Order: sequence, then structure tokens, then C-alpha cells
Amino acid sequence: MTAPVVVADKLTRHYEVKRGLFAAPGIVKAVSETSFTLEPGKTLAIVGESGCGKSTLARVITMIEEPTSGSFSIGGVTAGPDTQAQLRTDVQIVFQDPYGSLNPRQRIGSILEEPLKINRPKMSAAERTAKAREMLALVGLRPEHFDRYPHMFSGGQRQRIAVARALMLEPKVLVLDEPVSALDLSIQSQILNLLVDLQERMGLAYLFISHDLSVVKHMADDIIVMYLGRPVEMGPKDLVFAHPRHPYTKALLSATPVADPKGARQRIKLEGELPSPLNVPPGCAFAPRCWKAEARCRAERPELEGAPQSAACFFPEG
Amino acid sequence: MPLLELRNLSVDFATASGPFRAVDGVDVSVDKGEILAIVGESGSGKSVSMLAMMGLLPWTATVTADVMNFDGKDLRQLSPKARRKIIGKDMAMIFQEPMSSLNPCFTAGYQIKEALRLHLGLDAKARQKRAVELFEMVGIPAPEERLKAFPHQLSGGMNQRVMIAMAIACNPKLLIADEPTTALDVTIQAQILDLLTGLQRDTGMALILITHDMGVVAETAERVSVQYAGQKVEEQPVADLFATPHHPYTSALLAALPERATERHLPTIPGVVPGQFDRPEGCLFSPRCKFADDRCRTVPPVPASADLGFARCHYPLSVSAEAEA
Repeated sequence: MTAPVVVADKLTRHYEVKRGLFAAPGIVKAVSETSFTLEPGKTLAIVGESGCGKSTLARVITMIEEPTSGSFSIGGVTAGPDTQAQLRTDVQIVFQDPYGSLNPRQRIGSILEEPLKINRPKMSAAERTAKAREMLALVGLRPEHFDRYPHMFSGGQRQRIAVARALMLEPKVLVLDEPVSALDLSIQSQILNLLVDLQERMGLAYLFISHDLSVVKHMADDIIVMYLGRPVEMGPKDLVFAHPRHPYTKALLSATPVADPKGARQRIKLEGELPSPLNVPPGCAFAPRCWKAEARCRAERPELEGAPQSAACFFPEG
Repeated sequence: MPLLELRNLSVDFATASGPFRAVDGVDVSVDKGEILAIVGESGSGKSVSMLAMMGLLPWTATVTADVMNFDGKDLRQLSPKARRKIIGKDMAMIFQEPMSSLNPCFTAGYQIKEALRLHLGLDAKARQKRAVELFEMVGIPAPEERLKAFPHQLSGGMNQRVMIAMAIACNPKLLIADEPTTALDVTIQAQILDLLTGLQRDTGMALILITHDMGVVAETAERVSVQYAGQKVEEQPVADLFATPHHPYTSALLAALPERATERHLPTIPGVVPGQFDRPEGCLFSPRCKFADDRCRTVPPVPASADLGFARCHYPLSVSAEAEA
């Protein structure tokens, strides 16, 4: 077993929101006490519905935001104000919307060179250009694309550019925040294949954030299911997909449509919707929607238990 | 006689850089009480063809069709006034973004009652009663309260339910759902899809489901029509389409689904959907098709017979998808 490249320990991120002039500010508990490890060359997927905190977690790991409490380390170096400059080059992010994440007034070449300009000030201009061109080829774009502007590219090509930019500093960890959900099916598979190739070639660790379970099933090694800011289930992909232990995971899997008209399946119908993160219910956050909930679930919060597949539930399945 | 019949529907947009054909010779027919899914990637003209039928396109669009019949009426001959009587009443549409298709300045109740007043001419008391009944039907808890709520006070799933309630307010014969669940989470998506198919079963209305999600298609549709770059390339009952796709595009699309993958690398479709300026001469799919030859690149194919799924291809496939992959 190789040493993990990312170790996160009880990461928490809360936001304070104003609720009017005289009211006390509310606390949005976007992510609470999330711990995980990620090994080089592996993919850890984080799944959950909107508002479950998966993107906030991505922003914390990328050091766009500081955790409210808890800590994490990348390659053995604990993240903090002093180590930020050093770690910034080790972790990079690819955003969901390739139309919004590229500067429309920059040529592709300068988009790719910018990270080097800032983080490798001693590198000569010729070296930078050479590296950018090399990266362009690596992500499957042609040399003539170097001098073009983002609007001349399709969504799939833009996502390739975004991946290339993220890889310019040779990071150890790549955070992928819904990298294919804005793309059409026929383009999606091209980008997924590219990510698989790059991981094999460069030994990258992926933190793969997605709500699409069929993509996650294809890409991930391990998986964390989040609900309202907390992980409810965690474990190797095969185990989680074959035998979900937390009722929410089970419901999520059963609600995902499968492209097979013959497979008539029992769908678990969840009543109601995600509660507001401003007002997280005491006890298990999933209890108001859970069909197994009992008095204990509403009063006490279950902790993640069990290995290798852990679930935060008093009455786990199987 | 089918409830809705469109033959050779084409839509051209006048753009600054010349005319652009968004829909090219599409045939659609839907029977009473049937669920038809129209599948395609972005730019395949699936939404535009339905908007054209409803008369909701801007003036830059030119709509032509050989036949455009709905419920025994010829939509091409109708005056705008007569058309407005049908739209929203017998034929209703649910749009993709519930947040942006509801008016933020009016309460959900006002917006749903507007349709009841205009189309059914109910008085205030009857409108309130019917609105509460509709909200109950689509599974909105505490309907009296929610009627007074503004769209921003409701969640995405709730707003989509309001949209559905509004669309079914006048018991339409045909409901068109344009990507009704794309903006929603999977657990909410499951609720909305169950609601739509339940309504279709109970009221006997026909449902056209526009989507790009093959999983949603497999679980809800009865018949599927596949569109590519403005053309209908294939149409089959849902089980047959997934088992034996006849058009190479359908086959490639199904093979690209991550859940059908057998190895680490997914089969891909090279290239991108043709745009305004790189429209190929022959078959529109030929630049991306692995079976294409010179005939495909020069001669546009015509739809094949019904047992080949009306595949718009010179060499329709007849092997099953599993054997192919």
C-alpha cells in the first residue's frame, strides 16, 4: 500500500449568513467533519445531491477556501497559511462549466502558460511555450489550436483545455468538479477516456465530484456518499454499489435511471426533499426522509462505522 | 388516426450569417395515451421541432411541413387566435428550467389560476378549488399555503411540480415535457417521472418526453425517436431500440454509456455534431461514422423500412447492441 497523497481529517466548513438587521446570523453547515485519504493513481468519488457539500469540499481541498476547523495534508505537508504557496501547485481543479472557466479574451497558449508565469518565475518564455505545446498534444488538441480563442472551441475541446491548464504545474492531485455533466453523451466518453489515460501516465490522484452515478461507477476506486454536509457512507466502489449499507445510498442507487428497458426494478421512493443546511435536523440528517427511522435516529447522530465499507446509520442494511 | 401527426417538418432560422436549418424533414406521430421519447444531443433540434408545432418560435424562424395535424385540426391553417385556444389547453408544455419559466413577480397560485380563467372561464371560487386539487394531484404538501408562495420561496422540485400542475390544469390531450428533470436531483427526478407517468396513465393523455438521458428514456418511454443534427435518424419501440439499434449513431451512443462499459476505455464517437458551416453533403453522421464509405459521404440516405426502425442510413445495422460491443 502506497502512502496516501491527501489525508483529510475532520474537515469542516461553515458559512455565516445574515438574516436581517437584528436577527442573529445563521450558520450554514456546508461540510462537517469529513475525513478521507486518497492514494496516488486512485480516484475517490464524492457523490450526493445538490446542497450536500460536495463542491464546498472541492474548494476546501483546492485551498480556494479555508476550512473552519479540521485539517488536511497533501503529500505529507499540512495545509495552512505558510504552506499555501507550496501546496497550490500540488493540487489543481477542473470546473464543471467549460464555457465559464476560460477567459474569452486570452488565447489558448496564454491560458496554458499563465500558471507557469506565476508559479515558475525563473522559467524562460521559450521553455514555457514548449511546455504548453507539449501539454496541448497530451490532451489531444492540435498544435494550431495554440493561438486560438476559447469561443472557437466546442464544449468537449474546452474541457480538454481546462484539463491541460490544470496539469501545467504537474500537480499530484486533480480535483474534478462535475467535469462531464455539461457535456453531451458522445463527448462525455472522450473526456472520461482522456482522464483515464492521463491518470495512468502521470500517476495522478483524482478527487472526482459528480452526481451522475453511472459515471462514478465507471471512474471511481473509492466512493463517499454525502448527505447534507456529512459523509453517510464510504468505501470501495464495488462494495458500495453492490451492497449499499446506508438507506440513503440505497435510495440514491435505486432512483438512478438505468438504460435498460428490460430491467424492471423496485424503486425506493423518497418522500420530501433535502432539508435546508441552515436548519439541519438533530440526530441523523436523513431521518425525516428515511423509511427505517426510529426515535433514536431523530435524537442521536450516528457516526461512520465499519471497515472497509463504513456507514453512518444505526440500522445499516445487510 | 393519431392524435398528433407531423410530416416533413422543417424549421429554418434566418441568422446574421445566413439561413440555418435546425429541423430537417422530421416526422412525428403520437397516439392517444402514448409516451413518445425524443432523444438527441444538444443541437439535434428536438426542442425546436416541438416549439415550432406549438407556434412558440420567434419571427426569424420559418416553419414548413407537409402535414401538421393535432386532434383533427390542421395547425397550419389556424389563425393565431384559434391556435392560442388550443395551446395551453389541449396541448401543454413543461420547460426545462422551472426557475426561469415561472414569473417571479406573481404567486404560484396566480399563475395557475390564470390558465383556468382564460381557458376554462371558471369563477374565483371554482378556480381556487381546482388549483388546490391540482396541487394535491402533483404531490405538493399544504396546497393552500403553497398557492400563496412566490417561485423563489419554493425549491426546484416544487417549482417543477407547479409547472406540471399548470400544464395539466385544463386536462390536455397532449403534454410535451422538455427535459423536465434535467435541472433536478436524482431522487427528485424519480418523483417527477413517476408523477408524469402516473398522470399519463390516469388521464389517458399522450406524453412527449424530450430528453438526452438514455436512462430516463429506458425507464419511461414506450416508443423512442432519435434525432441527430436536425434529422430523425431512427424510431423504434423502446425495448427494440436498446436491444438492436439500426442506425450507427444510435448504436454508438448506446455503446458510449458508461454503464455499458466492459473495460476501462469507453467506446467514443469521434468529432462533434456538425454546425452551420460544416454540414456534410451526404449522410449527416458520415464524418463520425465508422462504417461510412463514399456513398455515405455524397448521397443523403432516406429512411429505411419500419422493421429497420426507419433508420436514415444506407447500411442499417441489424446486429444486437451486445454482440456489437
